Amino acid sequence: MAEPASLTAGQGVGVFRGGRWLLHNVDISVAPDEVVTLIGPNGGGKTTLVRALLGLIRLDAGHVRTRAGLRIGYLPQRFSVDRTLPLPVHRLMTLTGRHARAEIVDALAETGVADLVAAPVQALSGGELQRVLLARALLRKPDLLVLDEPVQGVDFAGEAALYELIGAIRRRHGCGVLMVSHDLHVVMAATDRVVCLNQHVCCAGPPHEVDAHPEYARLFGPRAARAFAVYPHHHDHGHALSGEVVPNAPPAPPPSDRHEDRETADVG
Amino acid sequence: MLDDFFVRALLAGIGVAAVAGPLGCFVVWRRMSYFGDTMAHAALLGIALGLLAELDPTLGILVVTVAVAMTLLVLDRLRRFATDTLLGILAHSSLAIGLVVLSLMTWLRVDLFGYLFGDILAVRRIDLLWIYLGGAFVLAVLAWIWRPLLAATVDEDLAKAEGLPVPAARIAFMLLIAIVIAISMKIVGVLLITSLLIIPAATARRFATGPELMAVIAAGCGMVAAVGGLGLSRVVDTPSGPSVVVAALALFVVSLLPWPATRTKDTSDGPASPIHDHARPHGGSGDRPTAIR
Repeated sequence: MAEPASLTAGQGVGVFRGGRWLLHNVDISVAPDEVVTLIGPNGGGKTTLVRALLGLIRLDAGHVRTRAGLRIGYLPQRFSVDRTLPLPVHRLMTLTGRHARAEIVDALAETGVADLVAAPVQALSGGELQRVLLARALLRKPDLLVLDEPVQGVDFAGEAALYELIGAIRRRHGCGVLMVSHDLHVVMAATDRVVCLNQHVCCAGPPHEVDAHPEYARLFGPRAARAFAVYPHHHDHGHALSGEVVPNAPPAPPPSDRHEDRETADVG
Repeated sequence: MLDDFFVRALLAGIGVAAVAGPLGCFVVWRRMSYFGDTMAHAALLGIALGLLAELDPTLGILVVTVAVAMTLLVLDRLRRFATDTLLGILAHSSLAIGLVVLSLMTWLRVDLFGYLFGDILAVRRIDLLWIYLGGAFVLAVLAWIWRPLLAATVDEDLAKAEGLPVPAARIAFMLLIAIVIAISMKIVGVLLITSLLIIPAATARRFATGPELMAVIAAGCGMVAAVGGLGLSRVVDTPSGPSVVVAALALFVVSLLPWPATRTKDTSDGPASPIHDHARPHGGSGDRPTAIR
């Protein structure tokens, strides 16, 4: 329901393409200071819903209401820069708005990549690029952070650190977060509400409720449900899939993470 | 001084290059060279219709290229054919119609070669006015739409989601290309205009560490090519368009050479530093280290 307090709210959202409903009758809202995570199988419409909420695609049913003057910081699912375009990180940071150099360095420092300020975007590894993009979104002092698969192209250890970072950012900045993930493991730790999407909303609620929901188990199978049940209370550390404990503070990306010869930093 | 045809040609070439360089960077970044080519081919139809209506050919080019760009926008939205198919159809049919119309106008003696490949003798004072007024307008608008256009070039969804006027910037950009093609026709001719957009921009890539710098360097490369090419054209009496393009190509080839001050992977020091690529210090200047910062 589109209560006036929400940052963005979709009601009865439907997207019909190529003879089928990609999304059908979806209700969703993100309140200030709330982390909402969209999960669901591939092709379940997670990215479509995000694009609908951002006004990037035409709706065939329902409507989206966005709070007036809402500032959005967006981290798209696929991001790559053509090699013909010389783009250092500091220029990427000012892509959609002006910012002072000190602000830029501060934002990069917050995500642990201040040393990359002059590096060409095409030379970043997947994890570095995601941190730079997160810093870029933060720089806009957004009311709503929209993160479409923020851990793509990031190794398992980096994944947990990145989710911790997102949680810390939300606590520090008090912004709402709408996050897409098909990763069921680490994501739940910092999530207030999970929306499980498969063309329609299968189930929604706080992580522990969704976890117990039969629809959830049916969609992802009992194994996945078990795996994710381990995680909800870890706030001081995360786990890599190998089981090792990952400290809370975002560790600097390992040096071997840098690639001079990477042609495009495509995280998709 | 403006009475000398060569001075007029030089001024025209420099003016056109100053505008074509920055705009050409976007053509390269957005992979729109075939789009530019299509607009340029359509320019001949514009010339034919301009002569038929007894208007300035530059005006005719402007009208037809804008019409072709808008047709393309509409057809593209219908999604019946792939964009490059549409571009091919529009490019060659408008060139063909232009040639047919020109040949039907038997009462006119038309220097077709000059229109196709440029003619430095053809630059009049009024053309200089077109180039400098039109060029200043193009650069002003480009500066105005720079941020949304660049952001949309990097990631269209991102630019839109964060509230930049992306569709407006894209349409404005197409109009700017139409203007540049119209004002460049006298110097390089309709068949070679796209090269003036693309080759200086491609040359500049090697030396640029940021998009704005690349635009400036592209303008500079274009100006050097224009002066060199027109000089060649005058000395050995070649058509101006191909001469300018040859000069631009020469600069591009020079930019590809392994320069002594640059270190690229191909010219690395061999086994002495086997992993230097990965140990690159932070703050490197580009994915290819360059001589000019």
